[in-house]
Amino acid sequence: MDTIKGRVWVFGDNVDTDQIIPAERLVAANLDHLNDYIFEKVRPGFAQEVRKGDILVAGRNFGCGSSREHAPLSLIEAGFSCIIAESFARIFYRNSMNIGLLLVECKVDVREGETVEVDPDNGKVVAEGKEYSFPEYPPFISELVKAGGLMNLVREGRF
Amino acid sequence: MGKTIAEKILSEKSGKDARAGQVVMADVDYVMVNDVTGPIAFREYAKLNTGTMYKDRMVLIPDHYVPAKDVASAEQAKEMREFAHEHKLPNYFEIGKSGVCHQLMVEEGFAAPGRLIVGADSHTCTYGGINAFSTGIGSTEAAAAFATGKLWFKVPETIKVVVRGKFRKYVGGKDLILRIITDIGVDGANYKAFEFHGDVQNIPVADRLAISNMAIEAGGKAGIFPCDDLTREYIKDTVRGEYTPVDADPDAEYCQVLEYDLSELEPFVSYPHLPSNGRAVKDADVTIDQAYLGSCTNGRIEDMRIGAEIVKGRKVHPNVRFLVVPASQKVYRQMIEEGLMQIFLDAGAFISGPTCGACLGGYMGILAAGERAVASTNRNFIGRMGDKASEVYLAGPAVVAASAIAGRIVTPDQLEGN
Ligand code: SF4
Repeated sequence: MDTIKGRVWVFGDNVDTDQIIPAERLVAANLDHLNDYIFEKVRPGFAQEVRKGDILVAGRNFGCGSSREHAPLSLIEAGFSCIIAESFARIFYRNSMNIGLLLVECKVDVREGETVEVDPDNGKVVAEGKEYSFPEYPPFISELVKAGGLMNLVREGRF
Repeated sequence: MGKTIAEKILSEKSGKDARAGQVVMADVDYVMVNDVTGPIAFREYAKLNTGTMYKDRMVLIPDHYVPAKDVASAEQAKEMREFAHEHKLPNYFEIGKSGVCHQLMVEEGFAAPGRLIVGADSHTCTYGGINAFSTGIGSTEAAAAFATGKLWFKVPETIKVVVRGKFRKYVGGKDLILRIITDIGVDGANYKAFEFHGDVQNIPVADRLAISNMAIEAGGKAGIFPCDDLTREYIKDTVRGEYTPVDADPDAEYCQVLEYDLSELEPFVSYPHLPSNGRAVKDADVTIDQAYLGSCTNGRIEDMRIGAEIVKGRKVHPNVRFLVVPASQKVYRQMIEEGLMQIFLDAGAFISGPTCGACLGGYMGILAAGERAVASTNRNFIGRMGDKASEVYLAGPAVVAASAIAGRIVTPDQLEGN
């Protein structure tokens, strides 16, 4: 995988899926523009500010709560290239890896608006001149990421 | 080294010697989707073009936005109905024969001891209450399970919860699980399973289901009870097919042990905006605008009986809207047959048919800015039940009913005349 570089948005601990995209937006008619609603209750106007390639940095337990795949989908559609968090909630982790949103489990100190660099293959993050490392993906997960998501594995009969 | 219940079920279903930490591919007994998570799964499935479909294992339950609240939700429900029709799916549950998905999965006998069940809804972990390994997944992987009948699982480590003694009156499973989540935090069990041991025979099955339901609120993948006589009795009239209960080995390995004396527990309430903000109800000083008795956590007939016992002969506080939402058509019918409807109506409660509705801030009971609700539901995140400046306090059915009468959060013992 290529190295990713992007502008950072900073969030705290326990960002739940209701914050990422509220339940009232979860109708099929919104499926092609979920990004319009990201963080609308907690950071109004956020959807308009995010640019393609941005990176979201958060604390512990990012994505806790509902199993709604709308959460990682909306973040992909908003243009995020990757989410870095100290830890991720389980279903959000599965969903993201299954649909091709790159997650990096790493505690990173960075201010909003700064640029960070992520090197997924070598497990490295560089932020404000400081280097951080994160653990290798388990073999199955890295296969999933390389295949470009779960559906490609199924299509190729590798599932 | 022996195995936990989670390791045993995943070994059985994967044909491998599954141990905590490994990733295994396992056959699922059932895969459930609802009206919110279904459409993404249907679209992903259509793109797959594999020609295979495990129809008997698929369960489709519209519950979040039905009966449709507006045109958009009507379209979404239609998408599910048409998918079920087009593929001639045997397990689609139209409103009138349906209810909140997790209640239905148990009532309709899909969930059973020893089974491996996945659902595109985070509270799928509920069926651990009857000894299943069940867990929430996403829509894309539900589509993969439609096509292949299987899914990947990381075998979880297990936290052993040992309970002793008996609940006091008006204390129940909800109080225990709120207490556990408060003790270990909302990510205290991330990627792990809970397994319950000790005097579990003192915990009624309805309470076990409420406890397992909220395993996810500590980040848990599953919350599993052993199968005993109470379990067998609870499911005997409804379970589909045979089932094989699974017990942990005596020398199974656990990553953590928690111990609780049920007789020392008191009514508990979780303050906004996390389920881990729990404290004793007797220390609460919160006036409320709404009380909500329902949901996949506490919308069973047992919860309704507790609520009715408390409100009987009393009136809902003039400043409170009391919403009573049975979790299924069957619970609704039982409430009529047992005379509970009359009691709630006499008290001045609003009673609806089964739906998720206000539990997720969907419709029918949304909170305005500044309003507070006490709810027997499972989440109190920012804006969960309405405006971002509204508040949800989580509690068990007894506290919800007592609070509806008092107009503030209280235990039944604090009500006048008790
Ligand atoms: S009742 Fe609430 S928590 Fe349960 S499935 Fe419905 S929305 Fe989710």
